[in-house]
Parts: sequence; C-alpha cells; structure tokens
Amino acid sequence: MRDHRASGIPLERILLYAVLFFLAVMFLLPVYVMVCNSLKPLDEIRSGNLMSLPVQWTVDPWFTAWSTAQIGVQPTGLRPYFYNSFLLVIPAVVISTLIGALNGYILTQFRFRGANALFAAMLFSVFIPFQIVLIPMAKTLGILGMAGTVKGLIFVNSVYGIGFTTLFFRNYYAAFPQELVRSARIDGADFFGVLFRILLPSSAPIIVVTVIWQFTNIWNEFLFGASFSDYSSFPITVALNNLVNSSTGVKEYNVHFAGAFIAAIPTLIVYLLSGKYFVRGLMAGSVKG
Amino acid sequence: MAALDLINVEKSFGSNKILHDISVSLAHGEFLVLVGPSGCGKSTLMNIIAGLEEPSGGQLRLDGRDITPLAPADRNISMVFQSYALYPNMTVAKNIEFPLAMRKVEKSKRAERVKSVARLLQIEHLLDRKPRQLSGGQRQRVAIGRALAREPQLYLFDEPLSNLDAQLRLDMRTEIKKLHHRLGATIVYVTHDQIEAMTLATRIAVMKGGVLQQLGSPYEVYNQPANMFVAGFMGSPRMNLIKSRLAQANGSLALEINNADHPLVRIPLPAPSAALSAYAGRDVFAGIRAEAVRLARDGMAPTATECMFDARVEVIEPTGADTLVVLDLGGKEFTVRLEPDVQLKPGQDARFLVELSKLVCFDADTERRIA
Amino acid sequence: MRAGALPKLLLSPSVLLVLVCVYGYIMFTLYLSFTTSMMMPSYEWAGTTNYQRLFVLENWRVSLGNLWIFALLYIGVAIALGLGFAIMIDQHIRAEGAFRSIFLYPMALSFIVTGTAWKWLLDPGVGLEHTLRDLGWQSFTFGWIKDSDMAIYCVVIAAVWQTTGFVMALFLAGLRGVDAEQVSAARVDGARSWQIYLHIIIPQLGPVFVSAFVILAHMAIKSYDLIIALTNGGPGRSTWLPSVFMYQYSFTRNEMAVGAASAVMMLAGIAVVVLPYLYSEMRKVKNA
Repeated sequence: MRDHRASGIPLERILLYAVLFFLAVMFLLPVYVMVCNSLKPLDEIRSGNLMSLPVQWTVDPWFTAWSTAQIGVQPTGLRPYFYNSFLLVIPAVVISTLIGALNGYILTQFRFRGANALFAAMLFSVFIPFQIVLIPMAKTLGILGMAGTVKGLIFVNSVYGIGFTTLFFRNYYAAFPQELVRSARIDGADFFGVLFRILLPSSAPIIVVTVIWQFTNIWNEFLFGASFSDYSSFPITVALNNLVNSSTGVKEYNVHFAGAFIAAIPTLIVYLLSGKYFVRGLMAGSVKG
Repeated sequence: MAALDLINVEKSFGSNKILHDISVSLAHGEFLVLVGPSGCGKSTLMNIIAGLEEPSGGQLRLDGRDITPLAPADRNISMVFQSYALYPNMTVAKNIEFPLAMRKVEKSKRAERVKSVARLLQIEHLLDRKPRQLSGGQRQRVAIGRALAREPQLYLFDEPLSNLDAQLRLDMRTEIKKLHHRLGATIVYVTHDQIEAMTLATRIAVMKGGVLQQLGSPYEVYNQPANMFVAGFMGSPRMNLIKSRLAQANGSLALEINNADHPLVRIPLPAPSAALSAYAGRDVFAGIRAEAVRLARDGMAPTATECMFDARVEVIEPTGADTLVVLDLGGKEFTVRLEPDVQLKPGQDARFLVELSKLVCFDADTERRIA
Repeated sequence: MRAGALPKLLLSPSVLLVLVCVYGYIMFTLYLSFTTSMMMPSYEWAGTTNYQRLFVLENWRVSLGNLWIFALLYIGVAIALGLGFAIMIDQHIRAEGAFRSIFLYPMALSFIVTGTAWKWLLDPGVGLEHTLRDLGWQSFTFGWIKDSDMAIYCVVIAAVWQTTGFVMALFLAGLRGVDAEQVSAARVDGARSWQIYLHIIIPQLGPVFVSAFVILAHMAIKSYDLIIALTNGGPGRSTWLPSVFMYQYSFTRNEMAVGAASAVMMLAGIAVVVLPYLYSEMRKVKNA
C-alpha cells in the first residue's frame, strides 16, 4: 500500500521480509542446484545430495556438454546447436520486427475497410495452438525445399512472430501523438517520410521491447524446432532435450545441468540487462496489460 | 478546551523542511481555512492532522486527547478529498456506509444514518448508483456524505472544490457554509483560492514556504495583513503596494513617491500612529486596497480621513459590477475600483480621493506591517 | 488518412502470410481431421470417424483429464501466488527491484531448461527425496514424478514456478493503478490494511484477473515443451496432455487424421476462452 508513514509495526515488516526472502530462495533454488551440480563429478552427485556445494570442483561437465556429449548420433556436444540457434534467432528477430513495425505503422496511420478485422485476425493468430499448423507447414516446407533447414525455421518463426510484433508496434503507434504526424504530412512527408523520419526515430523503446520479446521467444522455442529440423539444423532447445531424454544407461546429471545452463545463458543475460523492457514486453504481450 | 491543537508541528523530508513550527488552536465549531500558494505546505499539514503522515516534531491534540501517535482510523476525524476518492466498485449507499461498517455499527443503524445523510445532501435518488454514473457535483456530495456519516469530532476538506467548474464551485461553496451552520461542525479546510478562504472561514491561516504567515479572522487578514505576502495574496485585485519615503516636513508626516522621470507625489498623513511616526525619514511600503479610492468629481472635497491626489489613467477594465482602473501614480501602477458607469479614458488625468484610515504600511526590509 | 495503394500493398504480404499460414493451415488441418490420413495426408473423406475415435481412445481421455487437473491447479495457484507476491512487493519494500527480478527470471527460460532442471530436482533417486534423506530425514518420500497418479502435479509445480512472476507483474501493475487517494480515504474511514485490500483494491483488479486467466488458460492448453522435458509424457502415458497426444498420433503412431482432430479440439478449447476476451478488447479499441 502506498502509505506515507514508515509502515506498521516492526514485527509485521520483519515477517514480510522473512517470507519474501524465503520465497526468493525457493525461486533461486533450481538455478543454484543446476549450477552447483554441473560443477560436480558424477559420483559426488550420486553419493551426496543436490544441495551441497561441490567437494571436488570440476568444469568437465561443461566441456562435455559443450563439445563431446552425445546428441542423437553425433558426439558433438551442444556447440553446433548453439550456433544454429543464433543463425535462426537473429534473422527471424530482424525480419519479424521490421514487418511488425511496418504493419503497426500502416494499421494506425491509415484508414481502410477491414483494418480492424485484419488486426483482430492477426491478434487471434497469436493465441492459436501451433500444433494445428504443424502438418500443413511440414508439407509447405517440403515443397519449398526448406524442410530440415535453419532457413525453414527462420521462415516459420518469422511468420508466427508477425502477430506479436504487429501487436506491439500497433499499440505503440496508436498512442503516438498525432500532431507530429500531421504536421510532418503538411510539411510534405510521404509514406516513407513519416515512417523513417517521425515514427521510427521515436520508436527505440518499442523496438527494444519487441527485439527482447522475440529473441527470448524464438531462442526458447521448441515445437517448431522439433518438428521441422533435422540433426544438422536443430536449435539448442531440441538438442538439449535430445541430450537429456535419449540418454540411456548412465544418466550424466551434471552434464544435463551444464547443458541446460548453456541453453539458458543468452536469454538470462538479455533478461538481466533489459530489466524493465522485458517486463514491458510481458505486459504488452498480454494484450491490454 | 480547544477542539484541535496544533503544537509546534514540524515536518521534514530528509534535509528538506516542509513545515516550520506551526501552532494553531481551534475552538469548537470553528471553520479554519489553510490557504496559500502551491508548495506552501498546507496539504502536508492536512495529511498530518489526518494521520496520513507523521510530523517530524510537535504534537496534535483533539479535544485534549493526544492523537499524534494514532493511526487515522483511531482519530475520530473525517476527510473529503480533492478527487473525491469514492470507491468505484461500491454503490453510493455502500460508499457512505463504509466508515460505519468499518466501525462495526449495527446494520439497521447504518441504513438509517445513510438515509438521513442522503436526505441532508439531497442525493437520496442516487443511492443505488455507482460513482462512474455520477457528475462531478454529485460525486462531491457523496464524498461529503461519506464524511458526515460518522459524525466525527473534526472534518477535513482537502481542496474539495478545485475539480468543479466555476458556477458549481460557487453553489457548493454556499452549501458547505450552510452545512457548517447546520451541524456546528469543527472544520479544517485547505484551498489555494483566497476568495473561498474569505467566504467560508471563521479564521484563516495564510501559509507560505511552510511558515504560518498570519492566523486571523477574514477581516483581520484582509484589512490588517501581517506582512506584504499576506497583503498581496489576499484580495482580488491585490493590494496596491507602493514603495515610498516617509518624509517629515513642518512637523507632519507625508508619503513621498519619488521615481526618476516622474514628478513627486506627496500624500500627507494627518494622523499617523506612533509606530509609523518612528519610521520618519525611512522607506516604507504603503498598502492601499483598490476599493479605498474614489473618483473625485467636481466640487468634491476630501473628508478628514481622506487625501486628494492626481494620477493618469492607463487602463480601464470594466467588470460589469464595477470598473477597475489602473493608474500611473508617480511612475508606479496603482489599481482602483470605481463605479461601473464611470466615464474615464486612457491617457486622461484625473483626481482621486484615497481613504487614509485604510492605509497600511510595511517595513521595507522585514516586509512586516507597521502597527 | 485514407489508405492509398502503397500502404495496402506493403501490408499485403503479412496479410497473405497470416491468411495462408494461420487460417489456411487451420482449414487444412480441419479438413484433414475429416479424412483417412494415416502416415501421410490423404484427402479421402471419412466423416466424423476420427472424432468418434477420439472420444473412445483411452489416451485422449487421459490427456483431457490431465489437462483439466493441470489447468485448474496451474491457473488457480499461479493467480493466487501471483497476487500474493504482488501485494507483498507493493508494501514499499527495499530492494523491490531485486525481488521482482528474482521472481520473474524463470520467464526468461525455455520450458525445456525448466523441465530439465525440475526433472532431476523432483527425481527421487537424485533429487529432493535423496537429498533430504541424505540430510537426515530418513523416512522422507517424494516419488511423485515416478508415480502415474501424481506425476501431473509435478508438471503443475514446474509450470507455476515458471509463470508466477509474470502473474505477479500483471497484478503489481494493477495494484499501482489504483487511486492512492482511495486508499487514504479508506484509512481515514477506519479500514485496516487487509480490509482495504479486500473491499477496495482487489475488487478493482477484475480486469487483471481476466487477463491473467485468459493467458494462463491458453498457455495450459498449448503446454508441450514442459511436458516433454519434464516427464516426456510419462511415466507411461500418465502425463499426456492434448498437445502430446496430437504430436504422437500425427507423427509417431501414423494416425494423422486423429492427430488433426485433436489439434482442432485444442483450437476449439482456446477459442472458447480467448474469443470473448478478444471481442471485448477489440470493442475497447474501436471505441478509443
């Protein structure tokens, strides 16, 4: 509560901080366990418990996860798939963001019949279960010759990212002061003039939000990766799942944890650096957050 | 026993001192208005009285009871907020009932009380509506109704009329004054509008920069302002304040307004007070209200307490009810309030009579009134 | 400004892509659900046989039952916790930013990462049970993830951990949107903190509850990655959800038409939840 006084009885405050602290520890526990146990040799995990710090520190699991772990039939570690993910994410983010900006501009600055219906259709596309497009998309990629390639994944992720990016930019430009656009038009700015000279220069916040949102979502994406790529084009999420789920016999927990952390690092870094922009993306992504 | 005592109340935010040593004693049934420009600390003082903020120093007593450490709920006060602060998810009836429900008043008594308050404020027909369905004036009444529900020892009003349009503001002002008389309630009221202060208050506390400039009746504050700030803040148009020299000549005092390039204007003071006489030979600020001057028509002579002077008309502002005329008096602007049908033209020289018993003088350095 | 040819032209690729790759594909899959497709798509009409088959398949009933349990618990717990966290953080906490960051970071992780971490955390052999026993509590058991009846609850735990921060962010924004003067008025009126939350603040959060519900419900229906990483549908098929069913039947069991039918059912479920919400939001957009 926005209380001007130093709130309440000290006991209540102490309890509050205690509860929050406890919850924070609970939330951090999985990461702690992951990192901790990724630095232990396997027998220490099996004989000891998950919570204890490593007695015998080793970075071997990380090397294994990165370069020698068995992914499918190849003992390549996660490295090639880590690169695959970058090869996928960067173009897909750029494409979907640019198209989203263009769409948002057109939908807010121009009137035409069906504009609202179109926006509603794009909005709904964000909610659909992607299972429903798997079969026809597989066929399409086959026809286009992009089946099992990173290019195919770029295409798929871009297409299904357009709904979100359009939503973000549309809401942003809808709140943009119209007087600026009008006076630019009076001064003679044409279609691209308004976009490149007035709107885009002021779009830094929403561009950041969109890029962060798309980067996080596409990097973390699994279903399309599992359905449309093969061993040469797996993104890291698929590779990680492959590593963990198909290991028979000895389960190398430490390698799994190291691998999971490797897969998590890029989006975690983006999260830590982006702070409020990440949150804004979440809120905007909840339509009228 | 006073109804409300503010004893040496101070408030600082970090190193920023917002309120300096405020002491006020309010009797039962009084209507105290805290008035001053934005940032003078009046809202902070109100929040402290309400218990929404803690003072950094000093004490508050309600009917002799020390309420300084008490939470707002335990102080037996009610407050009406500037934005009305009605609870949007409750009907009008439930809004008014809320403080009673919180005090665990019996259900039948609550209903009865809501009805009588609604009748008093003429909002019975609105009881089942939600706040978003009401106009500004109606919301204001509901806010007042909610404050009245509990019959507390003290009512606080925080700029309640600021969000209303001009005509509605005047109507509600009268309503509030009528309520005050009907209920005999003790009220502390905050506003930045000095006319509201004048019309509503039994006593006015003029504040500036967290310091109490003057505490007095509307008459005192208007006619005997404690310093130049109060003189300039209260009254519209503001009091004319002219820097002049108190010259002594032939055993009598006169105000001399001496500006370069302008002829000397001399206003003799036939009966100066002893305190004023002590300022002979020094600079003072002479204060005269616009309505203390009249146009000298042909054949008029000054009375014993008046003085005649000449000045050039600069601007004429007819308001309908009267005419405000800005004069050039020795190079300074001087506003006078004349009859609505006066015939004067800009640039014209004219003769005026000023009522000297209404003159107040201020020390040029301390800006305080010379008694 | 009225749209000339250029804006329409530039918009059309997106329109085309959405029409084809979203609605066109939906139509295609819908059609397939009425065919005899097995390993490959076939266009031979089969009427409603596939839907009939769905309703008798044990796997589908398990999937639906699991979805029901999962969705109810996931949505209920995430909203309750999210609201609770938001209220606590709203109390003028020092290091508010740090707490928010800690509760929200799981949203930055892939469900695969989350599933992998929790998979071993909840495993009795190496995770919680083993750890607590090792620390002295010999009789502690927590084998839910290996138990057909309880495994679905493990999915709930992991999913709640992932998303609570997001719900918290939604409610925090809602809480801060409440007029501070109303809270002051309530304090003067005699209400204690809990009464102010109960009578005044939370009733105003209606729209936030709705938003959170819609988003969580649609996430629950779409949940796939988490299941695969956490339990891979197991033990056996006890943590199957419709999404797992669809993938299995379409691509592994070569009953593509049945898989298509299940996808259509998923879409129907989401439509029921999302369409009314979208409709009211679009009305607001139109009136704005």
